[in-house]
Amino acid sequence: MTDTTTYPDTAAPSTGPDSDSGSVSGLVHGVYREGEPLFDSKAPAGPIDKKWNERKFAAKLVNPANRRKLDVIIVGTGLAGGAAAATLGEAGYNVKSFCYQDSPRRAHSIAAQGGINAAKNYKEDGDSVFRLFYDTVKGGDYRSRETNVYRLAEVSANIIDQCVAQGVPFAREYGGLLDNRSFGGVQVSRTFYARGQTGQQLLIGAYQALERQVGAGTVQMFARHEMVELIVVDGRARGIIARDMVTGEIETHMADAVVLASGGYGNVFFLSTNAMGCNVTATWRAYRKGAYFANPCYTQIHPTCIPVHGDKQSKLTLMSESLRNDGRIWVPKRKEDCDKDPRQIPEEDRDYYLERIYPGFGNLVPRDIASRQAKNMCDEGRGVGPEVEGQGRRGVYLDFADAIGRMGEDAVRTKYGNLFDMYQRITGENPYEVPMRIYPAVHYTMGGLWVDYDLQSTIPGLFVAGEANFSDHGANRLGASALMQGLSDGYFVLPNTIRDYLASGPYPKVAPDHPAVVEAQESVRSRIDTFLSCQGTRSVDSFHKELGQIMWEYCGMERTEEGLKYAIEQIRALKAEFWTNVRVLGTNDQLNQSLEKAGRVADFIELGELMCIDALHRRESCGGHFRAESQTEDGEALRHDDDFAYVAAWAFDGDDEAPILHKEDLVYEFIELKQRSYK
Amino acid sequence: MRIKVRIWRQDGPAAQGKLVDYDLDDISEDMSFLEMLDVLNEDLNERGVEPVAFDSDCREGICGMCGLVINGRPHGNTGGRDGEANTTTCQLHMRSFADGETITIEPWRADAFPVIRDLVVDRTAFDRIIAAGGFISANTGSAPEAHAVPVEKKRADRAFDVATCIGCGACVAACPNASGMLFVGAKITHLAELPQGQPERWTRVQAMVAEHDADGFGGCTNIGECSAACPKDIPLDVISTLNKDLRRSMLH
Ligand SMILES: Cc1cc2nc3c(=O)[nH]c(=O)nc-3n(C[C@H](O)[C@H](O)[C@H](O)COP(=O)(O)OP(=O)(O)OC[C@H]3O[C@@H](n4cnc5c(N)ncnc54)[C@H](O)[C@@H]3O)c2cc1C
Ligand code: FES
Repeated sequence: MTDTTTYPDTAAPSTGPDSDSGSVSGLVHGVYREGEPLFDSKAPAGPIDKKWNERKFAAKLVNPANRRKLDVIIVGTGLAGGAAAATLGEAGYNVKSFCYQDSPRRAHSIAAQGGINAAKNYKEDGDSVFRLFYDTVKGGDYRSRETNVYRLAEVSANIIDQCVAQGVPFAREYGGLLDNRSFGGVQVSRTFYARGQTGQQLLIGAYQALERQVGAGTVQMFARHEMVELIVVDGRARGIIARDMVTGEIETHMADAVVLASGGYGNVFFLSTNAMGCNVTATWRAYRKGAYFANPCYTQIHPTCIPVHGDKQSKLTLMSESLRNDGRIWVPKRKEDCDKDPRQIPEEDRDYYLERIYPGFGNLVPRDIASRQAKNMCDEGRGVGPEVEGQGRRGVYLDFADAIGRMGEDAVRTKYGNLFDMYQRITGENPYEVPMRIYPAVHYTMGGLWVDYDLQSTIPGLFVAGEANFSDHGANRLGASALMQGLSDGYFVLPNTIRDYLASGPYPKVAPDHPAVVEAQESVRSRIDTFLSCQGTRSVDSFHKELGQIMWEYCGMERTEEGLKYAIEQIRALKAEFWTNVRVLGTNDQLNQSLEKAGRVADFIELGELMCIDALHRRESCGGHFRAESQTEDGEALRHDDDFAYVAAWAFDGDDEAPILHKEDLVYEFIELKQRSYK
Repeated sequence: MRIKVRIWRQDGPAAQGKLVDYDLDDISEDMSFLEMLDVLNEDLNERGVEPVAFDSDCREGICGMCGLVINGRPHGNTGGRDGEANTTTCQLHMRSFADGETITIEPWRADAFPVIRDLVVDRTAFDRIIAAGGFISANTGSAPEAHAVPVEKKRADRAFDVATCIGCGACVAACPNASGMLFVGAKITHLAELPQGQPERWTRVQAMVAEHDADGFGGCTNIGECSAACPKDIPLDVISTLNKDLRRSMLH
């Protein structure tokens, strides 16, 4: 390792931010341009089951004595960031770890309920690495990259070993071995779980490993610190600007590489199952500095959430999908019945619409279909529950009366007791007596920063892990696969690929007064000053809610060209108003939650526009999204593999410029593309 | 419904704090407690008064970020004495309160948890306790096959039950001594129940207790308010396990 100022070619990623300087098309739809295609050059050629071993072998090693001279910044302490920080700390790198909560243990991974997939085949039910790979690609509706997904399936088994060694208390059978269940409509039992709190237990495992490194001095923890800017020097990611959320201090942190593991951006919809603080700022700032944002419009909408109770609602709560195994979904046949006590509505006046439309799968149709049909029923005016201003009744029944009749109340209680309790606590209704009400909610974002096989973005030295990247779930995510991806990225993939980049370091020291550093600091300060001096009339939340309504209405489950174009105009107007009429009280030099929110919402507004542009350009129904102009004769989703079997990676081209689309073609060598059918 | 809230306002760590009253007259029973505070904050912002700072994140009762002393009780919990199951502040709903009620809202109060602003406190002491020893040393990649060591179901279940601690700090806030022993005991018990936790069992308990004491938490005198306030119903007997392990560790 040499302290060189010129960068060896091998360290450069597959595409640099300036690769779009080639040919760029004219405006399409008036909102974007198309640039050169994009390739991932990091996955080795050859048989799919050999690629990962080959890549690990080819990735350069860093001499253990040199590792402590290499600084790595990791933003995020969820499964992806926490696992990465712990592992890189163990390896001896000098890690700085950031999160916006008061403790790394609170990252939103903690809220995952259902479980984590792994191809252990402990049940001898025919599972294998290839089957998990196949199910994930198919679940993603053939819009993910084969090489990445295969690797995910390949390392999944190691995750379980690692977690058990850390003391993660997975559910066990009487013989003392691990229990598995089947999840998300797959035919094998490969999901490991810890009651309904799998995410919590996995995260605490990663958190403890992280804290162990904090104790050992390899990881320095910066809790209540929000990354607000990326520092790019000579085309490489070299640091971040973080705001200390307690003192308001604007801090500059430099490093040899930066990892973003900052989670998903579902809160662009205001209401989602994400935590209140989940945001896009870290990845959005990187996008503005040259990292491509891939498939931003791919969001997952989960069908079994507790419906909105009113316009003061702050977030939505997910209930496990397993409820659909025994509950029956219906709405009244007639609008007039919608405000009646459901128990008074006789059987012949109920429409069990999923059983009617999809007799084969009934209530167990995939998430996107269940969600979209619930919306359709409510749009027809047959929704139930309280009227929400301007939206009518937004709920459908999930009825356990038959299940209680068949299995007895006690059996239902054993199976679903904790979910029923949660439902009752939130709604004040007893689901053993009155049917539950459910409605879809935004739950996960498949899109994220574009990365190559090494998880490196288009900015050299910037790596992206977990939900923040786009890599593994295509246009829809299989249940129990996000936890798997977070831990796979964090424990096993990133530590093996980032060393190839770090092996060429330490990178030259950047002077504190380097123009790129000063520019980043100044832009952060000026943004904060603008928020605080604007003295407008509207709160940050009011803008966020309005953005959420636009996104949900026009860029949610069902999209049309007309609606998306309208949404883009609306968002632009909202953005203009935001910057001139937002009211943020207080100062920067203390804890100021309105100020924190202002920065996040400013970025969400810009992201919202890009999501609509991405959705507008993707004129196909695919994965979680239904594009009204692309459906079969009987109204089902129609994918267009000839036109759209690619990753849409967007490049920022300036504030008032149209973004540039770079396509990465998806080549299916090992799996055959098929249209889905659930009828 | 109409309510009055009496809220602790404190401008910063060194500032003097005081209780301030606010009236709210358009609260729905279906709102969560924190949504009620959101409404208050929108209203304050409108009136040019700085909103009340309070912590929350998941609002699903799992991240442990929220935590308010409500009418003198952490998360409003009574350990079932009022007929209601324990929960977190974010899972409380306004239907649990009466129309016209005055609700007093304060931050956690403990030397180890200094106030940052209004209702927000600094709980990093809990992280330091974990960093001192609340883990199993298993470097990534070194793990044996998961089925190599079976774990008796009874022990695995107990490990899980106590591992559900969310690290909110209600136990400390409830304890007249501001002791963190329920938190420490839960982690000690979680790891002590598992075969993987045995090699470091005796050093762990000593290191965690030493850090706990150094962070300014008080000693445990077996009052039991911690467990009564715990939103996850962590049982008091984890402290017995902790004490037993601490004694045995002296012999090792
Ligand atoms: C309610 C719910 C249930 C789920 N259930 C399942 C399930 O059963 N199975 C499954 O596989 N998946 C599930 N998922 C999805 C899964 O939990 C997430 O996709 C995954 O945990 C994300 O992990 P992550 O590490 O990428 O990000 P997160 O856990 O979200 O962590 C993000 C981290 O980044 C930090 N951060 C963010 N922005 C900044 C910033 N600007 N500055 C500093 N720090 C920042 C945060 O503080 C946090 O530490 C569920 C998701 C939800 C919402
Ligand atoms: S906000 Fe997460 S537990 Fe209350």
